[in-house]
Amino acid sequence: MAEVLVYVDHVDGAVRKPTLELLTLARRIGDPVAVHLGAGADSAAATLAEYGAVKVLAADAPEFADYLVVPKVDALQAAYEAVSPAAVLVPSSAEGKEIAARLALRIGAGIITDAVDLEAGDSGPVATQSVFAAAFTTRSRVTKGTPVITVKPNSAAPEAAPAAGQVEQLPVTFGEKSTGTKVVSRTPRESTGRPELTEAAIVVSGGRGVNGAENFSVIENLADALGAAVGASRAAVDAGWYPHTHQVGQTGKSVSPQLYIAAGISGAIQHRAGMQTSKTIVAVNKDEEAPIFDLVDYGVVGDLFEVLPKLTEEVKARKG
Amino acid sequence: MSLRIVVCVKYVPDATGDRHFADDLTVDREDVDGLLSELDEYAVEQALQIAEGRRQGGDDAEVTVLTVGPEDAKDALRKALSMGADKAVHVEDDDLHGTDVIGTSLVLAKAVEKTGYDLVVCGMASTDGTMGVLPALLSERLGVPQVTLLSEVSVEDGKVTGRRDGDAATEQLEAALPAVVSVTDQSGEARYPSFKGIMAAKKKPVQSLDLDDLDIDADEVGLGGSWTKVDDAAERPARTAGTIVKDEGEGAKQLAEFLAGQKFI
Repeated sequence: MAEVLVYVDHVDGAVRKPTLELLTLARRIGDPVAVHLGAGADSAAATLAEYGAVKVLAADAPEFADYLVVPKVDALQAAYEAVSPAAVLVPSSAEGKEIAARLALRIGAGIITDAVDLEAGDSGPVATQSVFAAAFTTRSRVTKGTPVITVKPNSAAPEAAPAAGQVEQLPVTFGEKSTGTKVVSRTPRESTGRPELTEAAIVVSGGRGVNGAENFSVIENLADALGAAVGASRAAVDAGWYPHTHQVGQTGKSVSPQLYIAAGISGAIQHRAGMQTSKTIVAVNKDEEAPIFDLVDYGVVGDLFEVLPKLTEEVKARKG
Repeated sequence: MSLRIVVCVKYVPDATGDRHFADDLTVDREDVDGLLSELDEYAVEQALQIAEGRRQGGDDAEVTVLTVGPEDAKDALRKALSMGADKAVHVEDDDLHGTDVIGTSLVLAKAVEKTGYDLVVCGMASTDGTMGVLPALLSERLGVPQVTLLSEVSVEDGKVTGRRDGDAATEQLEAALPAVVSVTDQSGEARYPSFKGIMAAKKKPVQSLDLDDLDIDADEVGLGGSWTKVDDAAERPARTAGTIVKDEGEGAKQLAEFLAGQKFI
């Protein structure tokens, strides 16, 4: 069976969930070969094997952390040349997309970004994408070279399928362009203890109606009761009430959780673009005319400061 | 020495309009109003600020705004010129219809090289394709560093520095010029063109280039030269109307019932 390269997204060997989704999708096309760059390959290998990696190609070098993107492209290209895969799959993070694009250009291959599903086809993998603020669904193929496809988080449910997953060292020679952009300093984001926004099964978001940074605790409390991530509309972020890294919408994150709860969000196109592929949508808004109600499975016309605290208590009581 | 800044912009269908596909599954540009992509306004703004900073320091700078697109794409150039860019380059050729991002990066790279550059500034993504990979592709093609997704950018002593707010960390980046930069919507609000700016823009030069001018063969671009193919596009079915209740004190309880019924709690 043909091999499929899967670029591993991890934090010091702790494999992030989108990579497990990629391994699951990769198995529809061939045997997944994981590419692990940076420290922690040995601890990652067990997880990668559990989800179907037949092999883990590992490389560690200071260049990966000290310079932006290009050293990782050099390494992924080395893996590509070592394996001659049927496809290369990369998680659709900002960095993942940049790595994938540069690799595609180097190997003379077409690239598809932000796939939400992937299946084997007669003439190569077929990628489903959600476009124009999720108003359309397209199916596309790469027609030249080895398909390079980036896949969005929450595109598949990870399924275990134990394989060998043996770690092999990947020799990498860095090109002269690899040290072009220096990472002078890196400040890791403080963990909130909540799930990652794009990976979460449930997202609770607040908008203009939250009316102040100090009021976002209402959103956070409900999120914590549900084990959810916290999102914010552009209006709330632009007002400085919540960090941009939590923005859901066209210019922020696009999320596709099992449950999306929008509180005090009117539902402008800019916001809908980032959330309307969510499986179940719930809204709480004072304005019964708010366009968000066109999208919902369940809507409550009411004051979020009345409804959310009571809902939080209900959730806690029911969860015991 | 003059700092030559080239800003790459895209003319896109209005995101608040009714966007759809043409029969050949390319983006329909006929039936919906077009405009300068909102995310590229931030790129124009940062380029203008860098140029203004240089001029205040007694150095020189020139901002060229560059687009690839049909005749109407001139509107995007006009908007950037009225914001304050000095001149424009428009790559227009019938053979470009249907070009994918790989092909577009080829055309832009050749046009940037022909124009001459020290710094290329892009937006973080277009509002229609939303891939966000063009700046990285340009960097790869031009063989210069990429300093991308910046929410803060400055140029000094032949170096570009900036802050990249990633999901996991905030990074301070630095590269020597020439370089390709992209800026996010957090980099600073874009200015509105003044009346004076709009009038001045009418007199600013717009250079037109076609594929011949850039030594690009027609089969390297367009739908035929695309390395990807869209097989089908379907309108997403409208969501079925949900239940909407008015909170008369029981809203939270009703919502909890719904969530429990869906097994979320």
